[in-house]
Amino acid sequence: MSAPRDLRASGLLNVAAGIAVIASVVATSQEGIPDLGPAMAFLAFIAVGELLRIALPNGRQAAPLAAAGALGYALLPGFSGHPVTISIGLAVSVVTLGSAVGAFPRALVGRGMNLEELSRRALTTLFTAAIFRPLLPYLAPDPSKPDWRLALAMILAAVLAGVVDALLAAAVRANDSHRPLKAAVRDEFRALIGIASAITATGVLIALASSKIGYYALPVFAVPLLLTQFSFRRYATIDATYLQTIQSLSKVTEVGGYTEKGHSTRVARLAVMVAREIGVSERALDDLRYAALMHDIGQLSLSQPIPGGTTTLLAYHDQKRIADLGADVIEQAGLERAALIVRRQADPYRPQRGNLDDSLPIESRIIKVCNAYDDLVGASTEGDRMASAVERLELSVDRDYDPQVVDTLARIVERQLDYVY
Amino acid sequence: MRDVRFGAPAYQVAVIGLGLLLIVRGAFLLDWSTEWKTVLPLVALLLLSDAVFGVVNPGRDDKSALVTVTGPLAVASIVLVPAVGVPLVVAAHTGLTAASRRAQLFNLGMYAIMGAVSAWVYHALNGVVLTSPGTEFSISSVLIPFLAASFVWEAVNGLLVVFYMYFRDGISPLRVWFGNLAPSATPIFIYSFFGLMLAVVWSYVGPIAAVLVLAPLLVSRWVFAEFSLRQEAYDRTMQSLIKAVETKDYYTRGHSERVSKASVMIGRRSGMREDRVTTLRYAGMLHDVGKLGVPTEVLQASGKLTDEQYEAIQLHPVRGREITKDLEFLGEAIEAIHLHHERIDGRGYPLGLKGAEIPEFARIIAVADAFDSMTTTRSYRGARSVEDAVDELRRCKGSQFDPVMVEALVEAVEAQGWELVDTSSPPEGAIPSRAIDDDDPTVASRLGIVIPMTVPRDASSLSDPPDGPS
Repeated sequence: MSAPRDLRASGLLNVAAGIAVIASVVATSQEGIPDLGPAMAFLAFIAVGELLRIALPNGRQAAPLAAAGALGYALLPGFSGHPVTISIGLAVSVVTLGSAVGAFPRALVGRGMNLEELSRRALTTLFTAAIFRPLLPYLAPDPSKPDWRLALAMILAAVLAGVVDALLAAAVRANDSHRPLKAAVRDEFRALIGIASAITATGVLIALASSKIGYYALPVFAVPLLLTQFSFRRYATIDATYLQTIQSLSKVTEVGGYTEKGHSTRVARLAVMVAREIGVSERALDDLRYAALMHDIGQLSLSQPIPGGTTTLLAYHDQKRIADLGADVIEQAGLERAALIVRRQADPYRPQRGNLDDSLPIESRIIKVCNAYDDLVGASTEGDRMASAVERLELSVDRDYDPQVVDTLARIVERQLDYVY
Repeated sequence: MRDVRFGAPAYQVAVIGLGLLLIVRGAFLLDWSTEWKTVLPLVALLLLSDAVFGVVNPGRDDKSALVTVTGPLAVASIVLVPAVGVPLVVAAHTGLTAASRRAQLFNLGMYAIMGAVSAWVYHALNGVVLTSPGTEFSISSVLIPFLAASFVWEAVNGLLVVFYMYFRDGISPLRVWFGNLAPSATPIFIYSFFGLMLAVVWSYVGPIAAVLVLAPLLVSRWVFAEFSLRQEAYDRTMQSLIKAVETKDYYTRGHSERVSKASVMIGRRSGMREDRVTTLRYAGMLHDVGKLGVPTEVLQASGKLTDEQYEAIQLHPVRGREITKDLEFLGEAIEAIHLHHERIDGRGYPLGLKGAEIPEFARIIAVADAFDSMTTTRSYRGARSVEDAVDELRRCKGSQFDPVMVEALVEAVEAQGWELVDTSSPPEGAIPSRAIDDDDPTVASRLGIVIPMTVPRDASSLSDPPDGPS
């Protein structure tokens, strides 16, 4: 059994952030706010940025403007040529309040509040302010004259803050979705490197520019990031549409009576769950998803549907032929990796009298197991049936099926059964 | 655009000569002891960004022009370098990868002239050089001179290019100006804005400013590139999946693409908005997607179809809708796929709708579908000529087809022509096509009843788990 469900990393993160925020607010209420103008300006900026939240590819979300604003405030060396006093507590309070103000309207219209991200932002701000503010007097004795040394120090602090943020996000993801930590960290860095470098640059830019120019700097210097945000949005849309299209086309086999209704969607969902848990990289997940959705498309070339569409019962030779036919179609569509996965989906884990085949992609092994499982269980949610299907698969483990994949599937099914009862 | 092959050498020589003069003058008159700190990094960055991004002046016809990084750097130098040095700096924006040596030289001259004129305008309007020691400035005092200078920058660029094209190809300067240059005004405004930001921060912290301002732009550029790759991949996926279906039947190969094309012709002819035409293109592409699910043995049956087989074929519009109904971007196309076998007189299927009850897209596709079906070979007859097909469409208008759409197609085909494909001789081993084609209006439809919408399915196989994987 894995760790009890109620002990989740996201919960821990929220509690830590909660404590930090309460302490900060208490401290701020005693110290007061020495420079109210900049505090309010950044608060408003972060709130607006939070409102303009976007979806990133890979199902992530981000509020780049809010993140840049938070960073900018934590690093702010001065304002309009005058020095500013920003304690660590004040930085955390302003950032959190601004984020909450921006998140509130979205929560009201039912678009949900991303508590985890707000917690991360509070903790990252705490970190940034804690490493940078004590050094500021040495770096910029005169805030009306920022120089390259100050800029460089700010960039370094901002990059460190970005790394901390990504690590926190990876830790939460790894724990909540049963993913190996190393794979989660790798994914997080890959997925965020683009948007995070834009956020980092803009955060530093806003802090530097407003230390000279004051209020104008905030909206003006946010424009490049706004442009970046806009391109990401378009990208995420087309990504979603792409998946939607493949999902719809994968229904062709169902509508024609070649396969059971929902089969390909279920296999895809299960395969992605298994792959995540094994630690397949997020980039590879896309191709796995496409391959799983279209794994039966080769059946369209059969002149007569197989009863129930269960390829598991066919002779190896026929399974292989269907796999090849499908792979040819997918290859034409330019999805080479997905085509390869489909082509090898029928291959046994250990060929007769043979050694393991290193060229057999892990994704193909995953699809083979998930396909067999779904052929046995279908849309059913009966616990007995799910358990006995896993037992059946275990009979052929190490011959047809990859033991690691079957073990992972067994764990997932076990959790599902826990959930049902 | 700037590839010099023929044209007026005198014009080119004049531009190159004047440019070189300005550059040399700058090199002599510039106070290098203080200015090297600005000039050298700017030149290096311009060269680097030109080398990395290749295109000299990206995107006169490319949306990624919005996120060019070389542009901001070049206009920033108007504000960062004394007027005399500007031609020298911006000449680095020459394009190491330009098509030819001569094109590169022309660019060199052109940028030098652009830099000189716009720097002159900037200083004539009392703009200050932000990097000179002890300069105090406010943004508002720099803004107007800078905007004027970057406007002039573009205007001079436009003029030099327009006359270049006039001398080379004899294209009217006005046509180039309004056709090619005017539409790029917005991106240029945006990048001069970034240029000013860059210059202001540069005056505080030096060249490191370039990293801060350009990083988000670089990321945008990268995302844009990814975006177009995806878009392409996505169109290709859809097309090839459809082609994969058509390979089932030699005679209907390419049918979806041609129906799509004919539908678009009809749409354009009737003055449809461009975004609807795009949707119509998809509708044409996917109109037979429901046939993907029809068992191959039915599609390939020769001779008379059984009632069951006929039903299976008649179901394809319903199945098509079933498959595509979740694709939000298809919009109107989904109902067009569903209803493209309806007839104006109400005798079509699957719903038996009449006249205007049938959606516009469906009426268009019905005509395009029949037209392509008649002008290509079927196993039971040869291809008809375009004239015959038009006669047949006209004969059936009002009963089977919407007269407006028929006339639109006829006009479009008369204006643009229609390329006939030769499918007359199937290669050896090709699978014979089914005998009856219900797209073909010349084959009498034998069906007036409405087919139930459910998909026949053998549920018995679901109740008992099979004996276990082999």
